[in-house]
Amino acid sequence: MRIVVDLNRCQGYAQCVPLAPEVLRLNGEEALMYDPNPDDSLRQQVLRAAASCPVQAIIVDRLDENGEKA
Amino acid sequence: MSTSALVASALDLVKEFKANGRIVIVGASLAGLRAAESLRDEGFNGELTIIGDEPHEPYDRPPLSKQVLKGWVPADHTVLPRLRKVEADWRLGVAATGLDRATKQVRLANGDQVPYDRLLIATGTRSRPWFNPKEAELEGVFTLRTSDDAARLQAALAAKPGRVLIVGAGFIGSEMASVCRELGLEVTVAERADAPLVGALGGVIGDIAAEMQRDHGVDLRTGVSVEALEGDAEGHVRHARLSDGTTLDVDVVVASLGSIRNTEWLEGAGLAAGFWGVGCDAGCRAFDVNGVVTDSVYVAGDIARAPHVLYNYQFLVLEHWDNAVIGGQVAAHNMVSLEPDRRPHLPLPAFWSGQFGVNIKGVGVAPFGDQIVITQGSVKDRRFAAVYGHQGRTVAAVTFNHGKWLEYYGALIERSAPFPPPPPGYDQAGDMTPIPARFPDPRVLTGVPDVVLTGHDPTERGAEFRPKKR
Repeated sequence: MRIVVDLNRCQGYAQCVPLAPEVLRLNGEEALMYDPNPDDSLRQQVLRAAASCPVQAIIVDRLDENGEKA
Repeated sequence: MSTSALVASALDLVKEFKANGRIVIVGASLAGLRAAESLRDEGFNGELTIIGDEPHEPYDRPPLSKQVLKGWVPADHTVLPRLRKVEADWRLGVAATGLDRATKQVRLANGDQVPYDRLLIATGTRSRPWFNPKEAELEGVFTLRTSDDAARLQAALAAKPGRVLIVGAGFIGSEMASVCRELGLEVTVAERADAPLVGALGGVIGDIAAEMQRDHGVDLRTGVSVEALEGDAEGHVRHARLSDGTTLDVDVVVASLGSIRNTEWLEGAGLAAGFWGVGCDAGCRAFDVNGVVTDSVYVAGDIARAPHVLYNYQFLVLEHWDNAVIGGQVAAHNMVSLEPDRRPHLPLPAFWSGQFGVNIKGVGVAPFGDQIVITQGSVKDRRFAAVYGHQGRTVAAVTFNHGKWLEYYGALIERSAPFPPPPPGYDQAGDMTPIPARFPDPRVLTGVPDVVLTGHDPTERGAEFRPKKR
């Protein structure tokens, strides 16, 4: 799957980090680092992490692996 | 014809264009992709062609200098998410080499001609190469802009080189130095100015950035340039000669010298295109070389140069991530809309940079300011906010690990609040006296900053009249 985090919008609340620790990490106090193309098996975790973001900065692809609208 | 009949025929034109028009987007990165998605969202069902010189589908570049170099994320794993399905003819791996506005065709490197009714220019920038082409060919000499660049550099860093030399301490150079230290590599940063980040943030913040680098073990050398690179018998770089007479033993050299805007392919097209990008109005419509706005050519992303209301209507170029996203979306909207429905693209510039465990974020155009005041937090703890002013106005702000406050300062900038600004009433810094922000004299050669105010003339600063070649 594919994600991108709008790091202008991200304010380092880090609510997402414990929900998908393999995908989203903090580097220091508030700089978010993430895996933009995590394994599809992590989709549920990532969707939960995205939903938890207070500023909705995590953008998740709206397509499935066949390129169809998910 | 009555007025209502004219209106009806204009609406028919839009309907007809949305159904059967031909749009070509040149540039298949962030701005091009988001523009394509927006065109389909806006109900454009005509032919859409997307041309990109890289063979890859659109990917995100900011991770390349961070999590990719670090080896956490593979270089080909920053593919951008799609916001919707886009029916388009993707012409990837072939560069556009020319534009003929008379016949409305884009010429490609493989000889193909692609006709358009409306064109979006989103060709962005490339990295400025090492100035000596022979030395640039040495094994171990890199630049970083594309995912292929990142893959090669990451492999070189993973091979544990003895010393890495980074030439240029802008944001990308500083981020790469940070990654080198996180990987436990010895790294020297050579910067022509007196401190890192001075072009973007001035000397006061530059001094803080310099301290941060040194505290993390970077061998930072300022006020020097790298005059020559020398290779061994196998053609691998081994030495770098600095302007202060010293010679460094190095195994990897990264030239981080800013970017070059990809405008060469527009030569002879009669557009206001040049060193600083392609001049366009606030609605993303390109200007021709005489300053006349075009009807069918639009510009978005790093290459767009548009007048900005917040900065005395100077033309502003912005190599910022959200400028590509929003610029692409606004351009797309305006390409399929009638005059009363067109929208302006007047972003409040915003950026971020993660380095040495600190999240540096900014809003506004700092080099437009000449004074700075630390408003919140503590410089010593590297957790603070600072505000830039110009002639009594608040024009920009930067935060170190204090990003939550940026919105507050952004709102001040948007309404041209007084400078120094009213204290935020929380976490105030001790001394609120403005001091000179210490930006380098614009005539002094330093790295080209990624946000530049480029004057009031659509064609000045490098755009020049070149008669069409016959």
